[in-house]
Amino acid sequence: MTRLVVVGNGMAGARLVNEVRARDKDIEITVFGAETWQPYNRVLLSNVVAGTMLPDQVRLLDPSWYADHGVTARPGVEVTAIDREAQVVVTADGEREPYDVLVLATGSEAVVPPVPGAGRAIAFRTLDDCQAILEAAGTARRAVVVGGGLLGIEAARGLAGRGLPVTLLHLAGHLMERQLDPEAGMVLGETLAGLGVESRTGVVVEEIVDGGVRLADGETVEADLVVLSCGVRPVTGLAVDAGLEVGRGVVVDDEMRTSDPAVYAIGECAEHRGTVYGLVAPAWEQAAVVADLLTGADKEARYHGSRLVTRLKAKSVELAAMGETHVDETSDTSAEVVRFSHRARGTYRKLVIRDGRLVGAILLGETAAVGTVTQLFDRGGPVPGDRAGLLFPGLAGAAVADSPVRMPDAAKVCQCNNVTKGQIRACWESGARDVAAVAAATRATTGCGGCLDAVEGIVGWLCEQEGVSA
Amino acid sequence: MPISLSAPAPVKAPAATHCPYCALQCGMNVAAGAPEEGADRTVTITPREDVPANAGGLCQKGWTAGELLTGGRRLTTPLLHGEPASWDEALDFVAARIRALQAEHGPDGVAVFGGGGLTNEKAYLLGKFARMVLRTSQIDYNGRFCMSSAAAASNRAFGMDRGLPFPITDLAAADAVLLAGGNMAETMPPFVRHLAAMRQNGGSLIVTDPRLTATARQADLHLQPTPGTDLALALGLLHLAIAEGHADEAYVAERTNGFDAVRTSVAAWWPERVERITGVPVSQMRRAVAILGNARRAVILTGRGVEQHAKGTDTVTAFINLALALGLPGRPGSGYGCVTGQGNGQGGREHGQKADQLPGYRKIDDPAAREHVARVWGIDPDDLPGPGRSAYELLDALGTAGGPRGLLLFGSNPVISAPRAGHVAERLRSLDLLVVSDLVLSETAALADVVLPSAQWAEEEGTMTNLEGRVLLRRRALPPPAGVRTDLEILQALAVRLGGPVPGGPDMARAFSTEPREVFDELRRASAGGVADYAGITYERIAAETGVFWPCPDTGHPGTPRPFLDRFATPDGRARFVPVDHRPPGEDVDEEYPLYLTTGRVLAHYQSGAQTRRIDALNAVVDETFVELHPDLAERLEAAPGQTLRVISRRGETEGVVRVNPAIRADTVFMPFHWAGANLLTNPELDPVSRMPEFKVCAVRLERVG
Repeated sequence: MTRLVVVGNGMAGARLVNEVRARDKDIEITVFGAETWQPYNRVLLSNVVAGTMLPDQVRLLDPSWYADHGVTARPGVEVTAIDREAQVVVTADGEREPYDVLVLATGSEAVVPPVPGAGRAIAFRTLDDCQAILEAAGTARRAVVVGGGLLGIEAARGLAGRGLPVTLLHLAGHLMERQLDPEAGMVLGETLAGLGVESRTGVVVEEIVDGGVRLADGETVEADLVVLSCGVRPVTGLAVDAGLEVGRGVVVDDEMRTSDPAVYAIGECAEHRGTVYGLVAPAWEQAAVVADLLTGADKEARYHGSRLVTRLKAKSVELAAMGETHVDETSDTSAEVVRFSHRARGTYRKLVIRDGRLVGAILLGETAAVGTVTQLFDRGGPVPGDRAGLLFPGLAGAAVADSPVRMPDAAKVCQCNNVTKGQIRACWESGARDVAAVAAATRATTGCGGCLDAVEGIVGWLCEQEGVSA
Repeated sequence: MPISLSAPAPVKAPAATHCPYCALQCGMNVAAGAPEEGADRTVTITPREDVPANAGGLCQKGWTAGELLTGGRRLTTPLLHGEPASWDEALDFVAARIRALQAEHGPDGVAVFGGGGLTNEKAYLLGKFARMVLRTSQIDYNGRFCMSSAAAASNRAFGMDRGLPFPITDLAAADAVLLAGGNMAETMPPFVRHLAAMRQNGGSLIVTDPRLTATARQADLHLQPTPGTDLALALGLLHLAIAEGHADEAYVAERTNGFDAVRTSVAAWWPERVERITGVPVSQMRRAVAILGNARRAVILTGRGVEQHAKGTDTVTAFINLALALGLPGRPGSGYGCVTGQGNGQGGREHGQKADQLPGYRKIDDPAAREHVARVWGIDPDDLPGPGRSAYELLDALGTAGGPRGLLLFGSNPVISAPRAGHVAERLRSLDLLVVSDLVLSETAALADVVLPSAQWAEEEGTMTNLEGRVLLRRRALPPPAGVRTDLEILQALAVRLGGPVPGGPDMARAFSTEPREVFDELRRASAGGVADYAGITYERIAAETGVFWPCPDTGHPGTPRPFLDRFATPDGRARFVPVDHRPPGEDVDEEYPLYLTTGRVLAHYQSGAQTRRIDALNAVVDETFVELHPDLAERLEAAPGQTLRVISRRGETEGVVRVNPAIRADTVFMPFHWAGANLLTNPELDPVSRMPEFKVCAVRLERVG
């Protein structure tokens, strides 16, 4: 019987264990997790910071799940070495766990910038970090978040939602510079300002001091809570020590196998075709592929890479960004760029189209277009000729005024009984002067009743035209 | 029908009855008119004000329902191999063939297929005929294509499946209604009166549908998911409801089990993930949850749109989980319900024409249920067959090695209504014996060796159980045309030929009464003590009370309009949360078949159209199938309204006239299923629990014709 050992019990590891068990009841599974928490949903941590979810509402599996499913869980037990020769992993206290198949799902860790006083700040990465942030937020009067990427913005928005004034400090020239073009970044900053987050871009943090953050220009931004969100780096130490091929992450092929065929890597620690993915969707796709292969459920399963859609999860800030968002028509004539900007409303929409397919988009501000646009990007479907209709859903289908006067005689008034305005007019002409009489003669209004107002309107208008009192 | 009278016959008092079509069972008065000499008989229909479901309303289908009673479109003589035959010839032939087939292939060599339009009496007697006379396990019915997913989900959550576990009039007092996958403005228009009343009272209507349907147009909020993703949507809504603090913890603790596992499982369905799968914007999901969560009284309804999938049971379960988390079921004015479709879709699923079931919603593999029913039938429980194949599996097995060689079919037209209908027609053709009882020569009847012309709706008495679980009386307004028999008469004639007289055996003429009232009284005994207990319901009570809600265990019992107020029908009285997970449709789009096909109804027609496609006024509205597509798609295909397009799936192809409509998603095309065509394309992949086929989503491509 296969012995599967999983190192890492986060989003990727927990998912893998679940997927393997769903396909195969017999494989022996042991999962190690460095954190003592039950596996939790990292995506929802910003909700915890915002106070809309409690820590125990973000767990991925119930505590009883492991026992119920015959999985050995070792939370809080750190794996310190892999003996590939012996096919054994070694834990911090020297235990040796043999494996037939090993999956590395060690994830990534927060990057702490090498500035003096960094220890005074709290990184925003784990549930423990959230607990610490929440505790500090209870007494803090002002907060600073360092790092204006996706997570930093979510943390800042969450803290502002608790009533704390928040300053967001960002090194680059505009927020979320990897996902957004400069104008979108600016509009986003303005939206955040309206929600109590002041963002300052192009600033260099020099030191974290007691009572604030000192910038390179000497200014100190006051804060008694400083949160760091300066990116993450894959956790690859185990793999490096074990002699596996490691680039930015642990290098894997389309089967998610590392340079040792008995060892797989998935999630944020893995590097596939040169890309290290930092989002959940790819990690879960990878977990499904490995589960298919390990259990034999689908021996042809392969991972081919993912299309990334970045979706900000912050209350009252609607933002979706995907693909090539920095394309500018003047610099790239092969692309068609469709853009709409209305800063006063916090709206910025951009589509980048190449060969009739959507290759990038930014949608900032609430819009029903987000569903359609995301799916077009995901599936590579043809972009409709009417680009405006895509950016402004409902524009094309705007209702025609159906006042009794303007309605043509052929217009159907009562759908349920298939009665046209012409028939109602004819009915009126042969003597019907109220809705009841029209209903008796034509059955209009007797189905769902939804056309009652319309029929009243037509009868009233006809009476008015002829000077008959209705 | 020439009647030699010198003066017009006096007009009879109209019969206060119900519409022949959908499960709303609108009350109507049917007056059989006085034919002038040489003229056909006439029928006048007016709506009844005293029936709450329609309260004076009728749609065009209802108003024109009398046309089939009067026109010359009816069958009035049995057909044997396509030629007119006498009843004795036809019935003797059927009985002899059944005997021969069963002698050669065993009892399961002959199967029975019923329908959700049959009265309770017919459905009950059909099940009895299959088990007691044919002793076949092979019986199922078209309701499997209709209500089975909602039924399975309700049974596992509540221990009972009663479509609406509250009177329909409760809707008007709700603050919010979420309708998932239903289009009542076309399927049962007078239903919309209740939703409109709710909105007039300040309530909000939320509709989920891949199309902006006539119903969705009346909604305060329309969510337009990708076909096949309703389950993800429901999970996302529950995730948000919990995240935003709308879970009713006190209710959950007091009245339910299993919430923790569901809460954990939906943590994986955060709204942005759901948005990417469904295409429904997060902001709209938030609005929906806010509307539902802030309502004092709220109702969640599901329709075929979310149910007719290979994951329909789980999808309904996800919506029930949402309702339970919000604390709705079993609270006055709130709840979960499914909107039953066929006329007797509720009663038809309770009394034994389902493969795994005995009367009273009993399970056929439950020894106590077998014992009870066998006693009522006067037979040994061991002589009752076990569970048989579900509808599609049954049709798929016809004429194959190990499958039935003969089929008796009542009240259904699977050549039009079954998934992968081309294959189903082929299976039907391969049979050694196909017998169809119908009032018209339906597409399926046209394939039959023997067609038995049967009476319809206003020509016979019986009971129907509407979408509320209210048992209604269908009254006779006029006699059937000469030459036509009732289904009860047909079953008796066959039972007598096949089953008797056997010395010491049951008297088949008595065991198969032709009198609906006697059959109903037996059904009452057979259902007594079951989940769907009709024991206390009588024709007199139904007439006096304008319907009685089951369960009604004795004649002194008032009936049960709201069965879950005090407890659910589970052993411990608590509702069960069941964790479910989203999965993609059985067939997703790809390069070869890049579009979703979804199917549904139009206002002017009903089911397979066997009735409505024979009514001129309805054909005048629409008399041919069509394919509805978004303007963007039409532009890309250079298809203009009125042109014909070929629609092709892995299972077949058909043609449809183009209708261009911005109300549909650009990645989806719609075809109505009332005509031959749509179901040539649909996917017969089955739900693992309910055995419901995946009617509502498959992959197709479009080609220009010529």
